[in-house]
Amino acid sequence: MDNLIINEGFPLLSFLIFFPLFGAVVLLFFSGENFAKYWTLLITSLTACISIPLVTGFDLTTSKYQFAEAHSWIPQLNINYILGVDGISILLVMLTTIIMPFCVLASWTYIKTRIAQFMVCLLIMEAAMLGVFVALDFILFYILWEFMLIPMYLLIAIWGGPRKIYASIKFFLYTLAGSILLLVAIIALYMKNGSFFIPDMMWQNYSTTFQVLVFLSFALAFAIKVPMFPFHTWLPAAHVEAPTAGSVILASVLLKMGTYGFLRFCLPITPEATFLIAPYILWLSIAGIIYGGLTALAQSDMKKLIAYSSVGHMGFVTLGIFVLNKQGIEGAIIQMINHGVTTGALFICVGMIYERTHSRELRSATGVGKFMPWYVTFLAFFSLSSFGFPGTNSFIGEFLILAGTFEADTTLALAAIPGAVLAAAYMLRMLQKIVWGGTDNPDQSYLKDLNFREIITLTPFLIFVFWIGLGPQPFLDLMNESVVELLKNLDGWQLQHQNVANVIIQ
Amino acid sequence: MAILPELSLLTAALAFFVLSLSKKLDPDKVKNTAIFFGIVTFVASLIAHGQETMMFFNSYSIDAYSQLFKVMIGFGIGVSLIFGQNLKDIDINVRPEYYMFLFLCGLGLMMLVSSVELISLFVSLELSSFALYILVPMRDDQTGVRVQMEAGIKYILFGVIATGFMLFGMSYIFGLTGTTYLKDIIPALQQISSQPAVIFAVVMVMIGFFYKLAVFPMHFWVPDIYQGASNETTGFIATVPKLGAVALLIRFITLLPEGSPFIVNLFIVLALGSMFYGNLCALVQKDVKRMLGFSGIAHAGFIVLGLLTMNETGYATAIYYISGYVVMNLACFLVLCNVSQKGENLNVEDLNGLHKRQPVLAFIFAVSLFALAGIPPFVGFMGKFMLLTNALQPMELKYIVLVVMAAFNTAIAIYYYLSLVRAAYTTDPEDRPDVEVDNFTQMVGVVLVLIIIIMGTLPSKLVAFAGTAVKTIM
Repeated sequence: MDNLIINEGFPLLSFLIFFPLFGAVVLLFFSGENFAKYWTLLITSLTACISIPLVTGFDLTTSKYQFAEAHSWIPQLNINYILGVDGISILLVMLTTIIMPFCVLASWTYIKTRIAQFMVCLLIMEAAMLGVFVALDFILFYILWEFMLIPMYLLIAIWGGPRKIYASIKFFLYTLAGSILLLVAIIALYMKNGSFFIPDMMWQNYSTTFQVLVFLSFALAFAIKVPMFPFHTWLPAAHVEAPTAGSVILASVLLKMGTYGFLRFCLPITPEATFLIAPYILWLSIAGIIYGGLTALAQSDMKKLIAYSSVGHMGFVTLGIFVLNKQGIEGAIIQMINHGVTTGALFICVGMIYERTHSRELRSATGVGKFMPWYVTFLAFFSLSSFGFPGTNSFIGEFLILAGTFEADTTLALAAIPGAVLAAAYMLRMLQKIVWGGTDNPDQSYLKDLNFREIITLTPFLIFVFWIGLGPQPFLDLMNESVVELLKNLDGWQLQHQNVANVIIQ
Repeated sequence: MAILPELSLLTAALAFFVLSLSKKLDPDKVKNTAIFFGIVTFVASLIAHGQETMMFFNSYSIDAYSQLFKVMIGFGIGVSLIFGQNLKDIDINVRPEYYMFLFLCGLGLMMLVSSVELISLFVSLELSSFALYILVPMRDDQTGVRVQMEAGIKYILFGVIATGFMLFGMSYIFGLTGTTYLKDIIPALQQISSQPAVIFAVVMVMIGFFYKLAVFPMHFWVPDIYQGASNETTGFIATVPKLGAVALLIRFITLLPEGSPFIVNLFIVLALGSMFYGNLCALVQKDVKRMLGFSGIAHAGFIVLGLLTMNETGYATAIYYISGYVVMNLACFLVLCNVSQKGENLNVEDLNGLHKRQPVLAFIFAVSLFALAGIPPFVGFMGKFMLLTNALQPMELKYIVLVVMAAFNTAIAIYYYLSLVRAAYTTDPEDRPDVEVDNFTQMVGVVLVLIIIIMGTLPSKLVAFAGTAVKTIM
């Protein structure tokens, strides 16, 4: 427990988890439609405001878990309620709290039926997502990780598009099937350590076979969540059918849980297996980047296009994580945030078009530039950001990742380059079609440009696009200490084992 | 005072016997009497909780273990009487008899968990079983197919066969030890524990309880009886008797030498067989009760998972799991009994649009199904997690395989539970009528939901308590 900096004052992290939950419980009893909207907006905004002290009070000089809280929960099995944030999770926590109010705004008129229940699902989602990022007890983590499936399933299955039943069940089954072995691995780790406290499990001397098995169980769960090629097939279905807010949550936060899992669990708990299996994961990432890019190029459905582009972008993130150097991992974390911001914004943009034309087809949204100048301005910036145009946020992320990859393996880096080019190809194609279209554009003159609420929804995303793009240093500072510590341990581990191997060989 | 719950059940049965003699029956009066006695039984079991004594020539033990089960049985009876109060598919003329047998069955079960002598144990088991056999064919003949008669006959025939096995095993135990008292049997068996006859005898006895719990391969009665019996009867059969079965399985498994590899292997096969058979069959069911029947077989497999570790934690977790299972199942049947308009069986489509027709019931239904599926933070997850943790303790290959297979079953099961949630939450009611439920039933349902959540998030007290109760009989 010595790697916790216990927070003696106000239990900030618990509050962040339970406050949205409290909001959800209130909504069960008062379910007026307008009340539900304003109430949820209030709760999510307050949560976002209250989370700001996490950044301002964050100690940049330590890699320990800050704002920690520890209470006994189930003493028989040594399960404790332990929360804490470090450099790896802080940005994800902030991303979650800040993005939620805009999810509410994006569904303001999009959701027309059972509004109160929708808002309850959003609030429960927020609680569970924040919990996943701050949980330091593996069972607490697993409970929230699984529990999240219920509200997400309902979001897709009730308020989704025409194939919602198929998409929601596929989402649920896929994710659940992936995480059952995770549970077995957690229990196995508990047998070795006698505790579910995550930092206790790290950097222990497990046997190679054990590490490989645990790594594979972890990797299956996280790879499905990311999703890594070839476990990505649930993603397009779920993204396409989910309502706008669902897609945003899915893209911005849920996918990050997979990569967060890799960073938080796979690397420190099973370092030896990481070194063994990393090459395969790297090439799977390359496959994901290329495959996602090529498939996105062929889509005529805007949401599907962005969904497949997610597969490509998340490929970059896993690439960055498993090159196992500083640029790579920092780039991966930044890219996680970037993808959350950019793709979230793109999904909101598509949702806005969908509200007007009631179609997600690229064909029926061609040539709207003339009638919706504000809209296409936003869209243009987010599209540029999506393929990593210099000056936008993704450029920083992809640059760092590629720099890290070049340092590790030139072939690998060269293999990833076409992915970046493909990203430009499919995003520019979409942008061209939406803004100008061709000679046979449908009549778009009935379209109204963005209203005030919609501009408010999109502006913060744009601010973050340029903030991270032009001044990423504050963000890198936040994670720096934790990443350095992680890599120091990892290198120490490798060195130690090389020495042992050398001794054995001699 | 120690046998207050038994006495209250007996009084209830006698009261209904008297009531059944009257010519003109008022449905409300019958109903209220039943609910009254149901609540009295629960309260009585709470009052009798914590008492310890031996009675009836030491064949009847009132201890922490039996009283814990009596509270759960009393709770189950009370709740099932409240949600099944309308008895939509039972003719008014036989309702007093119906309640009489139901209370007698409860009496048998309560006596069962207290019995520590083979003969009294057998008598109580038969009392509870025969009362149930009669409840099944009491259903009205709406369809004209007479499925309830078929179900009743199947139930009694299979039941008698299982009893035969059990008696055979008991005769062996008596032959080996010369006594019918469990407390004398334990040391006597320990001396000859290397003999195959010991294992044979105990396994034979257990078959009788496996039948009650519906463990593969003694499960075959389940689907037809669940489908044939009226909703309220199924709700009772699916929950309360399983408590008695688990209580007695634990009593008998403690007779065996610890860690006997044959028993462990046998139980592994039974557990996996139950889970796979139950879950795979449930996938294709259309009739909701039948589906829940198969899911019950799968859950029985999880209970066996707790028993096969043969340690105190395993038994305590098994008790925790079965109590959670009873609560989840009661919540499910509460919904089914009330959604069914005239007491007919429900298909999955009949639940369509439940969120509009009766939002509270839909919520209760969804929570209990997610709990049955083992999604956190509900009790189903915590139970499964603890069972798996305990089963993985030896870290041997066969246990690892067992745990992985059990975990896979969770993923299989989610599909059919989700299909029910989907029907209730994501479809439109079309022309299905609204569901009327009285406030009291709704309140009981919400209480069940709260219990499901609280047991799931704060399990430590209950497991610790079950652990101390188990220690008293070991």
